[in-house]
Amino acid sequence: METPIKKMNTTSKANERIAIAVIWAAAIFVLALLVSIIVHILFNGLPYITWEFLTQIPRNMGRDGGVSSTIVGTFLITIVAIAIALPMGIGTAFYLAEYTRENIVTKIIRFSAESLAGIPSIVYGLFGFIFFVISLDLGWSILSGGLTLALMILPTIIRTSEEAIRAVPVVFREVSYSLGATKFQTIFKAVFPSAMRGIVNGTILSIGRCVAETAAVILTAGSALRMPSSLSSPTRTMAVHFYILAREGISMENAYGTAALIMIIIFLINIVANTIVNRFIAKSR
Amino acid sequence: MGDISQPKFEIRDLKAYYSDREVIHGINLEINKNEILSLIGPANSGITTLLRTLNRLCDLNPESRQEGEVVLDGKNIFDHDIVVTQLRRRVGMVFDVPTPLPLSIFDNVAYGLKIIKMSKADTANQVEQALRMSALWEEVKDRLSTPGMSLSGGQQQRLCMARVLALEPEVVLLDRPCSGLDPISTARIEESLMEIKEKYTIVIAPHNVQQAARISDRVGFMLLGDLIEVDTKELIFSDPRDQRTSDYVTGRFG
Repeated sequence: METPIKKMNTTSKANERIAIAVIWAAAIFVLALLVSIIVHILFNGLPYITWEFLTQIPRNMGRDGGVSSTIVGTFLITIVAIAIALPMGIGTAFYLAEYTRENIVTKIIRFSAESLAGIPSIVYGLFGFIFFVISLDLGWSILSGGLTLALMILPTIIRTSEEAIRAVPVVFREVSYSLGATKFQTIFKAVFPSAMRGIVNGTILSIGRCVAETAAVILTAGSALRMPSSLSSPTRTMAVHFYILAREGISMENAYGTAALIMIIIFLINIVANTIVNRFIAKSR
Repeated sequence: MGDISQPKFEIRDLKAYYSDREVIHGINLEINKNEILSLIGPANSGITTLLRTLNRLCDLNPESRQEGEVVLDGKNIFDHDIVVTQLRRRVGMVFDVPTPLPLSIFDNVAYGLKIIKMSKADTANQVEQALRMSALWEEVKDRLSTPGMSLSGGQQQRLCMARVLALEPEVVLLDRPCSGLDPISTARIEESLMEIKEKYTIVIAPHNVQQAARISDRVGFMLLGDLIEVDTKELIFSDPRDQRTSDYVTGRFG
């Protein structure tokens, strides 16, 4: 017999099917979009990535030659940025998560970090230009660019690390203390290894942003094409190179080649970082 | 170690608070060397708080506060010159849910030993001894480098016990250590408790009255922050002085 309750059940079954269809459609749409972008860039860029492209410095403003100096510049700037932002960011995250209770200071830090995360990168570029390039007289250099990017990624690193640290179960801390560990030993031996995965994810995200950044870098590291000789040399990153090649119509071929290369490098960094973390975790577990 | 008549712990007029709420209302209790003392009582009796006070794990909660004295071998553990990390090595704790750290079986047991920087050879030896005492050695000796979390629940809890025993504490506190375990694992843990009481003083919150009857020398009954009475288990279960104790152990409430 058709009671009201039974009718309810049939409608909810229909709703369930519609919901599943909508969710699948959204997922497939997004996937298709991402795949088409990647395929488009690789299809147009891969043919230009040759041994010469990777090993020669750009000639004729980038019309000829390769991109070797921009690869080196990108790596150096990213390393400087990460080397500065990672210890500072993780330190701040541990301070916020472990060493204070919620008070006015933590609120200010968190509010600043969140505001900083929302500022357009060109503003960081302008600040870096005025502060590092001019006031500190570092000039257009890898150092200025790296310092500026460090400021830019700091909020991301703080937030992802803090979340990862807070996600570590309280019992791990209690166990560690109950076995006679000090606070520092507890954080270093029990909390940090468990938070590692989240911290690395934030770091990978930040590396990606450094590699892909243009506006902040062009104002602080310049756009010189020669091979950098030290951290005080100006340089051009791959992203900036791509931007200039495309915007000034110098060479769409090399622009696509550079774009494809950026994508591949970010992809490789992801794989390498994940492999290292998995090794570390497998070992420590 | 002092003479045998001196109690291991002397708790004098202990009150415990969380922020402004008094959860233990002035307890007096002596805990003898090499006995198994069970603390029974319904939820909210203050048993967990009492256990966590004995090794000052309650310090981790900034809201918590204590008054009175807890004297361990003649020394009040609330004194300012007490080194809390040393106290916790002397008074170990096994928690109610098995909590292996995300480390290998070996590293879990060696955790406290690494903190006191014991040499590698000694550590290996100590880990083996501790795993034998908690009746886990035969099951894990061939896979010490696998994750502690890969063990079954009962094995995990014995791992947690080994982790405490490795430090050769003087007192072992167990807060409902068998609450999620099957009867076989529970029996294993009870057997090892009976064995190790030769060397240690054991204070346990059993997960039910029957467990208290099986393993204890003495039993204390707590209710809503008061210690109603404490006596040998024979007296508590056959002839308690307080009606509430009688009602609880016979299952009239709880």
